[in-house]
Amino acid sequence: MDNDTGLIHPLWVRVTHWINAVAVVILVTSGWKIYDASPLFGFRFPENITLGGWLGGAIQWHFAAMWLLFANGLVYLACNVISGRLRSKFFPLSPRAVLADVLAAVKGQLSHADLRHYNAVQRTAYLFVMLDSVLLVLSGLVLWKSVQFPVLRELLGGYEAARRVHFLAMAAMVAFAGVHLLMVALVPRTLLAMVRGR
Amino acid sequence: MIIKKPSRRLAIDGDALLKDALKDIGHHIEQPLRRAFLQRSLTLGGLSLLSGCAIVDESSVENALMKVSRFNDKVQGWLFDPKRLAPTYPDSMITRPFPFNAYYDEDEIREVDEESYRLEVSGMVADKHAWTLAELRAMPQTDQVTRHICVEGWSAIGKWGGVPFASFLRKVGADLSAKYVGFKCADDYYTSIDMPTALHPQTLLTLTYDSQPLPPRYGFPMKLRMPTKLGYKNPKHIQAIFVTNTYPGGYWEDQGYNWFGGS
Repeated sequence: MDNDTGLIHPLWVRVTHWINAVAVVILVTSGWKIYDASPLFGFRFPENITLGGWLGGAIQWHFAAMWLLFANGLVYLACNVISGRLRSKFFPLSPRAVLADVLAAVKGQLSHADLRHYNAVQRTAYLFVMLDSVLLVLSGLVLWKSVQFPVLRELLGGYEAARRVHFLAMAAMVAFAGVHLLMVALVPRTLLAMVRGR
Repeated sequence: MIIKKPSRRLAIDGDALLKDALKDIGHHIEQPLRRAFLQRSLTLGGLSLLSGCAIVDESSVENALMKVSRFNDKVQGWLFDPKRLAPTYPDSMITRPFPFNAYYDEDEIREVDEESYRLEVSGMVADKHAWTLAELRAMPQTDQVTRHICVEGWSAIGKWGGVPFASFLRKVGADLSAKYVGFKCADDYYTSIDMPTALHPQTLLTLTYDSQPLPPRYGFPMKLRMPTKLGYKNPKHIQAIFVTNTYPGGYWEDQGYNWFGGS
């Protein structure tokens, strides 16, 4: 289908991608402010890269953007599954293929000629960030409503463990975004493709 | 319900965490009240560009966030299961010392006189007589070891004892179909809760901490303890309780903390 129109990313991918980007930026920066109220580890995030001004403001941003991430994520996953894109773009995926593509990337031999085709490293990274988002939502649910979701809470090892899971999942998300942006900077055509679709 | 015991390593982490939390509470309290917090929030942080370009009107953003917070109240009311209990823990897991927390510093803790103390009860209740501490202590008591979760993220386990709030509300003939129960405190704190939470079996008119009369730092002579709500929803030094259908708000809630504040 995509081949016929020359489209790299269908409209729903682009729309959900950018809504997700906005939601993640709000959630991460307000989340840092919330973290700063009671740091889990021996550091704080600098005030000027956090959102919300104070704890109450940060929580309002966080608990508004969570709906955006959640609803948009559901639309994305539903479209992905129903359209068959999840299967066709992200699978098959094998450790051997990932290793081969990592080596090719290191040698600078990985082709980006066809942006419709995701190489094994991309497939892994995008699937990883999908699962990481799910983990962020679930661990966030435990932090927000630890009494009301007992099974989820115990699965994550209790309230205090869920704080750490939520933090580490955030760190993984930010690490992904860092690499993602670096890749976009290396292959700027991909940014154009995510804006206008081709 | 099976509660997984944390590993020893986690328990030690918990102590370090608590020390940090205690430090942070001081830090947090030093900051003045910020009713117009969102005016600052937009000029700080990630969205400064937006406000700089005047794409987003700040008060409309503030209103929108408040609306979402009200929506989140509704969602939490809907998610709240009046029969679902918060996990309870063995005495050995009690956090010692249990952190002090308030909107003021520890040296400003209010001392309430036991002899002259009267608990006022008003609003949609049949019996509006003022209660002495002795009368409250004469009611059937229970205790619980539960986790106190602070809006800042840290948590600590404590042991509270007292009168199930549902029995108290029934005893004073409260209209249990009313929407809110409000609290006014000797330290000028005030807050309010929804009726389903007021009637939850673990909601306790708390008179003791760790089997001793509630010390001033934990809210003498009486506090409301709800393991189904965040710390700021648990008022200390309660002087007056009222049942109403008019939204009473709260000290932190009026500044932007979520009203339902449930966990």
